[in-house]
Amino acid sequence: MLRGAFKELVRYPSALAGLVVIIFLVAVSIYTVITIPYEEAIRLWRGGEEIWGDVPKLAAPAWFNNFTAKKRPLTIKMTSDDEAGVERKQAQVSDALWTDDVVYSFDYPYDDFPQEIAVTLLAQVREKAPYVSLIWVKPDGTEVRLADMAVEGGKRVYRVSQDEKLGRKLKLPENVNPVVGLFAEDPTAAEPVPMKGTYQVRLEGTLFEPEDTLQSKLVVYGTVYGWAGTDHLRRDLGIALLWGTPVALSFGLLAAMGTTVLTMLIAAIGVWYGGWVDALIQRITEVNLVLPVLPILIMIGVFYTRSLWAMLGVIILLSIFGAGIKTNRAIFLQVKAQPYIEAAKAYGASDWRIIFFYMVPRIIPTIIPSLVTLIPSFVFLEASLAVLGLGDPVLPTWGKVIDDARANGALYQGLYYWVLEPSFLLMITGIGFAMLGFSLDRVFNPRLREL
Amino acid sequence: MAEQVGGPAPQGEQRGTGARGAPSTWKRLLRYTLTRLVALFITVVIGVYLTILIANMGGYVDEIRRSQIREQIAVKFQNDPAFRALPPEERQKRIDAEVAVEEKRLGLDKPFLVRSFNYLKHALTLDLGRSENMTSDSGSRQVRLIILERLPATLVLFGTSQIVLFAIALYIALYLSRHYGSWLDRFFVALSPLSSAPGWFYGIFLILIFAAWLKWLPFGGMVSVPPPESPVRYALDVAYHMILPIMALTLSSIFISVYGWRTFFLIFSSEDYVEMARAKGVHPRAIERRYILRPTLPTIITSFALGVIGVWMGAPIFETIFNWPGLGRVLFHAVQLFDTPVIVGSNVIFAYLLALTVFLLDIIYAIVDPRVTVGGGRQS
Repeated sequence: MLRGAFKELVRYPSALAGLVVIIFLVAVSIYTVITIPYEEAIRLWRGGEEIWGDVPKLAAPAWFNNFTAKKRPLTIKMTSDDEAGVERKQAQVSDALWTDDVVYSFDYPYDDFPQEIAVTLLAQVREKAPYVSLIWVKPDGTEVRLADMAVEGGKRVYRVSQDEKLGRKLKLPENVNPVVGLFAEDPTAAEPVPMKGTYQVRLEGTLFEPEDTLQSKLVVYGTVYGWAGTDHLRRDLGIALLWGTPVALSFGLLAAMGTTVLTMLIAAIGVWYGGWVDALIQRITEVNLVLPVLPILIMIGVFYTRSLWAMLGVIILLSIFGAGIKTNRAIFLQVKAQPYIEAAKAYGASDWRIIFFYMVPRIIPTIIPSLVTLIPSFVFLEASLAVLGLGDPVLPTWGKVIDDARANGALYQGLYYWVLEPSFLLMITGIGFAMLGFSLDRVFNPRLREL
Repeated sequence: MAEQVGGPAPQGEQRGTGARGAPSTWKRLLRYTLTRLVALFITVVIGVYLTILIANMGGYVDEIRRSQIREQIAVKFQNDPAFRALPPEERQKRIDAEVAVEEKRLGLDKPFLVRSFNYLKHALTLDLGRSENMTSDSGSRQVRLIILERLPATLVLFGTSQIVLFAIALYIALYLSRHYGSWLDRFFVALSPLSSAPGWFYGIFLILIFAAWLKWLPFGGMVSVPPPESPVRYALDVAYHMILPIMALTLSSIFISVYGWRTFFLIFSSEDYVEMARAKGVHPRAIERRYILRPTLPTIITSFALGVIGVWMGAPIFETIFNWPGLGRVLFHAVQLFDTPVIVGSNVIFAYLLALTVFLLDIIYAIVDPRVTVGGGRQS
C-alpha cells in the first residue's frame, strides 16, 4: 500500500519540491555532522579570542562581492614565518645589539576601507624587552611612522583604530578611523576612496640578546568573510547555520513523532477501554487546551533548564493531550465497531494485541500527513524559544542566530544577511515539510483529492 | 470545546428551531453557558494548580511569599517610631520573630500539599504578590497591576487582528469556493505551506522591508514618542503602529485558513440538499448564506478558535519583536530580569485569558449551532 502511495505522491509537483528540500536538508545535516564533529562545532562556536581573533567583526558573506560593483575587502593575514610577501632580515650590529627587520607587502585591489589593522608582536627574551618601530608605506611611496614601542611582557598588540595620536598626526577630522587615513588617496575628502596597489608594513625590531626572538603577525581585517559572514563576536555564522540544520531537523522530527505517536496511543487506549479511562482522557484534553504552553515553557526555561532536549521532553508532554486526540478518537470509534475487532475478541486476543495490531495500523495512513505537517511547527517553536533568549546554552541553532541579530540591532544597522540567512533556512524547512505534508494528506485522504 | 455532531443536520430541523421561538433558545443557551462556565472554571483551577506545581518544584513560590512577608514587616517596623529607637540588632531580632509568626500564620511551615492549595487560592483571586524588580507605569510593584495595565494593549492588537483575519479569510474562502479552479484559487492552495511559519517570523521580514528598507512604517512600539495629544490623533497613531503587526499575523495564518475553509465549503456545496436548492432555483447568494455557510459555521469557528489560542500562546515573542507594550512583553521582560513573581503571575493570567477565549467561542458556537445541547450529541 505504501509503495502505491509513493507512486501517487510523486505525481504532485509540490510533493516533489518538498522532497527535494528535505533531502537537501538531510544531506546538509549528514555532511555537517561528519565534517564538523560536535566537539569541534562547540569549540568553534563557544571558543574565544584565539579562535575568532583574526576574523573581522560583523562581516558580510564574501560572495556579496560578486553582486556589487564596489568590491569590499577580504581579510589579509600574514605572519613573520610566511614565505610569500614577507621579507625578513636578521643581523648583528654589535655585541649587545641585534636587528630583526620584517617587511610585509600585500596587494589591495578593493574599493572600500578595511575595518581594522592589527599587528601582534610576540617576544621571547631573557631580560630586556625588544624595541620595535612600525612604518606604513603607501603604494605611492609615502611613509607614515605608526608607532615605536617596547614589547613588554612578551606580547603586544597594536591596533590602528585605537591609536588616536595617529589620527591627529594624519590630520584626520574627529571620529574618522585612522585606518581610513592610512588607505585613502585624500584622507580629507568628503568621501575618501582607498588607494589601490601594493602596501608595505615595515617592522624594525631591535633585540638585546643573541637567543632572543621576535615573532609578528599582521592582520588587515576586511568587511566580508566566508560564505555566511560573521556576528558581533567575530564568530563564523557558517558554523551555526550548518549545525542548526541537524539540530532543527532532529528536534522537529522527534517532537512531531513523539507527539503524534503518543497522542494516537492514548486515543486508542481511551477508545478501547472506554468508560472512565475515556472520560478521564477527554477531560485532560480539555484542561490541556487552556494550559498556556509557551509561558509554561518559558517558566521551565527560566527556573530549571534551557537544554534543548529537556525542552523537547516538556513540549511533547504538553502536546500529547492536544486537539489530535479528538480526531484520532473519532476514527478509532469507527474502527472499534468493525466486525474484525469483534472476531479478534472472540478468539481471545488480548487487549494490547487488539490495540497495537488491529487498531493502530488502521490509523497510520491518516497520521502520517499530520506528522509531516507538524514538524515545521516544532522547528519554529525551537526558534521562538531561542528568540526569547531561552535557546540551548551550548548548541548553535538558527533561532539563536536570529536572537543575536535582533538583540544587536542587525535590522537597524542594515546587517540584513545576519537575519536573512537563518530565516531563509527556517523558511525552506517549513515550506518543504508543509508541501510534502499537504500532498500526503491528499494521497491518504481521497476526499480531498479532487479538490 | 463544545463537541460537534458529525454530518450536516437536515435543513428542516434548523428552521424548526427558529420557528419554535426565542425562549427555548435562550433557556438552552443559559443552561449551556452556566455548565460551560463551571467546567471551564474547574479547568482553570487545574491549569493554575499545575503552574504552581511547576513553579514550586524549585521552591520559587515559597520564595515569593517569604520575601513578601519580610518586606511588609520591615516596612511596618520602619514606619513605627517606637521601633525606630531600638538598636539595629534588637530590631532585627524582633523582625525575625515577627516574620516567623507571620509565616506560621500563613502556613508556610505546613507541608507542601497544604501550602499549594493556599497558593492556588491566592492565584485564583489574583493576589499575585509583589515583583522583585519590575514596576508598573504608575510606579506600583503589585504584580497584578503590572500585568493588568498591559492587558488593553494586547487585547487591542490581537482582537483587531483576529477580527480582520476572520473577515478577510471567510470572504476569500467563499469567493474561492465559487471560483474553484481559477488561478487565484490555485494561488492560495499553492501558498498554503507558507502558514507553517509563525507571526513573529513574518514580523521580522515585514520590519526589514517596510521599516528598515522602505522606511514607510515604524519599527515597532504602540504610539509615537511623544504621544499625540488629541484622542483622535492618538487612535490614528496606534492604528498606524498596528499595520505591521496585523500584517504579520494575517500573513502567517490567512493561507491555511482560506485553504481549509474553501475545501470545507466545496465539500458542503456538493451535498444533496444544496443541489436540491439549486434545482429549485434559489438565488446563489441565498444558497451560500443559508445552505453552505450556516451549517459549516460551527466547524469554521472551531478551527478559528484553535487559531486564536495558538496566536495567544505566541504573544510573548510576537510582542517582543514588535516592541508592543502588552502582556507578552511583560513576560519577556520578567524572563530577562528573572522576576519570578511576574513570571508566575503572567502564567496565571494567561491561563485565565485562554479559558475566557474558549468560553467566548463556546458561547458563539452555541448561538450559531442550534444542535448543541448540554451533554447531548456526545456519543453520536
